[in-house]
This record gives sequence, structure tokens and C-alpha cells, in this order.
Amino acid sequence: MTLHAPEIWVFGDYRNYFQNRVTLQLLSRATVLASKLGACVCATVFGHQVDEWVGEYIAHGAQKVYVIEDKSIKDYSTDLYVTLMERLARDRRPEIILVGATTFGREYAPRVAKRLGTGLTADCVGLDINEDGLLVQTSPSFGGNMLTKIITPEKRPQMATVRPGIFQEIPHNYQATGEIVRISLPKDLPKDRIRLISSERKPPTSQKLEEAAVVVCGGRGMGSRSKFKNLYELARVLGGEVGATRPAVYSKWADEEALVGQADKHIRPKVLLSFGISGAIQHTAGIIDASFIIAINKNPGAAMMKMADVAIVADANQVCLALIKELKKRLRG
Amino acid sequence: MATELPWDAKSGTLRRDLADGMMNPACKHALEAALTLKQQHGGHITAITMGPPIAEEILREAIAMGADRCLMLTDAAMAGADTHVTSYTLARAIEIFCPDFDLILCGCHTTDSETAQVGPQLAEELNIPEISYVDHLHLESRTLRVKRFSDNFLETLEMDLPCLVSVNTQHFQPRYIPLSGLQDAFDDLNILAVSASDLGLDPAVIGIKGSPTKIIDVYMPRAEKENIVLKGAPKKIVEELFERFETRIGGIIRKDLKWEG
Repeated sequence: MTLHAPEIWVFGDYRNYFQNRVTLQLLSRATVLASKLGACVCATVFGHQVDEWVGEYIAHGAQKVYVIEDKSIKDYSTDLYVTLMERLARDRRPEIILVGATTFGREYAPRVAKRLGTGLTADCVGLDINEDGLLVQTSPSFGGNMLTKIITPEKRPQMATVRPGIFQEIPHNYQATGEIVRISLPKDLPKDRIRLISSERKPPTSQKLEEAAVVVCGGRGMGSRSKFKNLYELARVLGGEVGATRPAVYSKWADEEALVGQADKHIRPKVLLSFGISGAIQHTAGIIDASFIIAINKNPGAAMMKMADVAIVADANQVCLALIKELKKRLRG
Repeated sequence: MATELPWDAKSGTLRRDLADGMMNPACKHALEAALTLKQQHGGHITAITMGPPIAEEILREAIAMGADRCLMLTDAAMAGADTHVTSYTLARAIEIFCPDFDLILCGCHTTDSETAQVGPQLAEELNIPEISYVDHLHLESRTLRVKRFSDNFLETLEMDLPCLVSVNTQHFQPRYIPLSGLQDAFDDLNILAVSASDLGLDPAVIGIKGSPTKIIDVYMPRAEKENIVLKGAPKKIVEELFERFETRIGGIIRKDLKWEG
């Protein structure tokens, strides 16, 4: 057997290339990890007419790209792609496989890991190599209130899904060259057990709330729908966006679009103003990346107040009104 | 919210027994989807969980909602399992206790570790097709048609039973549990406790011992927060807030908030 450099693989999730750059972000991080391991950064691309993506991945750091191209796999298929990845990995034995935590990636990666009999850490927010040369996978747990560092000491490959937006992509370099390894579709590929009836591309949902520097978030503690409206005025004055907890959305005080939480929108504002929110884990999981939190709640013991930089013990609506007044006064000058 | 680090440094596992004994909201949506299908097509619902004995409370809730029976996989040897081993253990229980299952429904994630991995891995273990993050379910004879929104694509997909879905939390709003239902759940416990030996499992391949992943550290990322508490009349509080943070807030909204009076 010839000795070759260990490989770090990044799954090429190109379906929403222009909106979701997680594959490029992973190639960037893989480059850092590879330098610590003396490894080669590789991408895998499955599909039909994928040359554009192969070129993009090389321009963003891939030294080698494994390509399986066939008309029969032009649509994303978890069932088929899992089998393709399983066989490719058994054949080439990568040290690490990284997958973006897109909806597809979250369904696909667990099955690849299971087929390969290895571990998988979900939704990582950090990746590093420790002194033993192992991949240290940092992942949120307990609704994001804590971080866990996880390793896969014995099984290979070491696998992780990674949250989009954590790592910075490397600026493209179209002069970069990489090896392209074309592999033909296995003749004995099992039939897809899932039938695609229709697939309709929707315009990407607005990212305004997720990308806002200022978010004003409200919960049931605002008291009523008409009081909740004051949050929109405050957000307007601050040039920010309004978010809401699930109970506030259920009460129809805010649209579903505004829902911030674990299964909903994850926000990362520079300042978060949290009004009348108790801080249930389903909500706080969506706000862990806020850099500065001001919470307003009558109850000083609320979980939201404990995780705030500034905890204001008062009626949420009254503070909202006082803030609007004070800001308007200061901004007039 | 957990007030202390539920992390057992000795065993290297998260102490899930310290998290409160409530059903994951996402799992309630999955159970609601199962109950809806049962109303339309008939059937028998088994609720299954794996965890410390406190998990029984979750199963009582499941019975109160309408589950027909429950399996509680509980054994010290199962503790500390990662998703790889959890799906392995659940699959062996399903093979023994629900050999003729048609459909498995899972919540799309859990509150304690949001991995969303057990569903797809369980499907692999049982060698059945699986679709995650499902919004709508329609069953016709032995074919399940589902709709879901996946990475900007609205997809309609079909697969044949037996199969597995994980259910999104946007739909299947869990039904209200009447007090009488809770009462029944406490009186008539159709809950079967299952141990590793009941499943014929070697303790070396389950729980923390069998898990490919190992937790090496758990820490609170924002423990360094100062947590300044302001009290009093709203007007006074707001003035104090600006006195202390006008530069910081002004810098973020890119406006000068300085007030010279």
C-alpha cells in the first residue's frame, strides 16, 4: 500500500451556492486543520453538470475534488448520496469528513456516519486539532447554554456537521489548481427508496432578522398585542428588527417570520433588547450568539435576566416606551 | 434552564437526569402527527424513550395524549450513549417489541442537545427509508406522501411503508391534555420498562462504552458576563442605561447618542 497524506473531506453542498456558503466556509477551516495534520483538503461533488462547483471549490481551497457525475443523480437524493459517500469513504479512507449543517446535511451526515460505523457531532461551532492529532468538535448542548468538546478517538473517519456562518471562507483564487478525481457511478447502486414527486425552488427567505445588528425581541411579558406594537417602533428608531418568542407568535402579536429559537431563527445581533421574555431554552438557543444582551423583565429570577449583560427589573412595556422617548430626544440633535 | 453544570466529570457524560422530566416539544409534535394518522387510518401507537427512570413521566404524558402503550429503555449500561449507540439500542427494542411496525415518527431534535441525528440513524439501523423535517403527511394504502421545506426547496416526496419520518415543529400543534387524561395516565400505566439484558445487548457495545464519540469538556460560554442589574422607575433606568452604555449602543446603531441636556 502506498502511503499518502491523510485527507480531510468536505461534502460539496452546492444546491444553494449563492445563499449558503457553508461548503466554502468548511474548505477554509479544513485548510487550517490540514496544516496541523499535514493533510490534503478534498471536496466531494455528486450530481450532474457540476464543473462550475468543482472549479469554485478549487478556487476556495480544495486541493483535490472527487467527482461522481451522472444524469441519474442530478437531483439531491439522501438515499443515493449516502451510498455514494459510504463507498467512496470505504475506498479512500479519509481521516475527517465535514458536512454543512443545512437541512440536507443534517439528514445525510448521520446516515453516512451510521453506515461507516463512526461517530458524528452535530451542528459544530468550532473545529480544531488537539495535541494527539484528533479533531476536537465543539458543539452547543442544553439548548445552547453550554458548549461541549467532543472527540472520536478510535473510529474513522471523524465526522462533524457544522453550522453555517461560523467560519470565514477564503477569498477565491481562480489561479489555484487542484486534482480532479472522476469516479464513475457504481453499476450496482441500489434504487432510490424515496420518489421525488416535485421540487420547487422558493425565493430565499429574508435573512433580515438573522443578519440584523440590533434585534428587539418580545415575549408574553409585553402584556398585549397593542403593547407589543411598541417594540416595532423601538426597532424602527434603532434601525433594527423585531423578533418574538413562540408564545408571542401563538398569541398573534408577531408573525411566524419573527420567531426566534432553537428550531426557528438563530440571531446574532451586536445588541439584543429582550422584553418580557422568561428565557425558555427553546428561545435562548436561538440567541446565544448575541454579543450584548439587555433584558427587561419584572421577574429578576427569569433565566433571560441571568444570561443578560444588563438586567432591567421593570415592566417591559414601560421601559420600551421610555427607551423610545429617550432615543428620539437624543437622536433629534 | 439548568442552574449547575449537568456534567459528570468522572464518567464524561452529560447528566441528562438533571434536565427536567418533560417531553421534548419536538417529540410532542411527532406524537400529535401519529395521533392524527391514527384518527384517519386506525392503528396502534407505541411511544418509546430511552433514558433514566424519570423518563417515565414523559411516557405518562404520551399516554395522556393518546399513545396506546409505552416502552421505557432504562438501564445504567445505556447511560451516556451518543446518537450512534442510541439508534442502535432503539432499533433492537423496536425489532423485539414492535416487529410489525409500519411507521416511526421522531421529533426533529431534542432540547438538550439538538442533534437531530437519532431519526436518520435509526432508519439506517432498521434499513428503511427516512425523510427528515416533514411538514405534512398523507398516507394512502402503503404509500406515505410528505411535504417539506428543505434548504429553499419545497419538496413533495413519497416512500413506501415501513419507513421513518422526523416531524417539524411548525405543524401538528400538540393537543391539549385534559386533566382527566392525566389522571388516566397515572391510574393505568401501560409502560413497559426494558433493560439491556431484555434486549440481549452486550453492555460493552451500548451506553458510554459503545459510543464512538467522547465528550472531553463541557463549559458555559458566557460565564464571564458581568450581569449588571438595574432597578427603579423606567425613566431613571433608561437614563442610567444611556449614561453607562451610550457609546456602545451608539457605536452599534452608528448614531451619536450623546445628550448634552
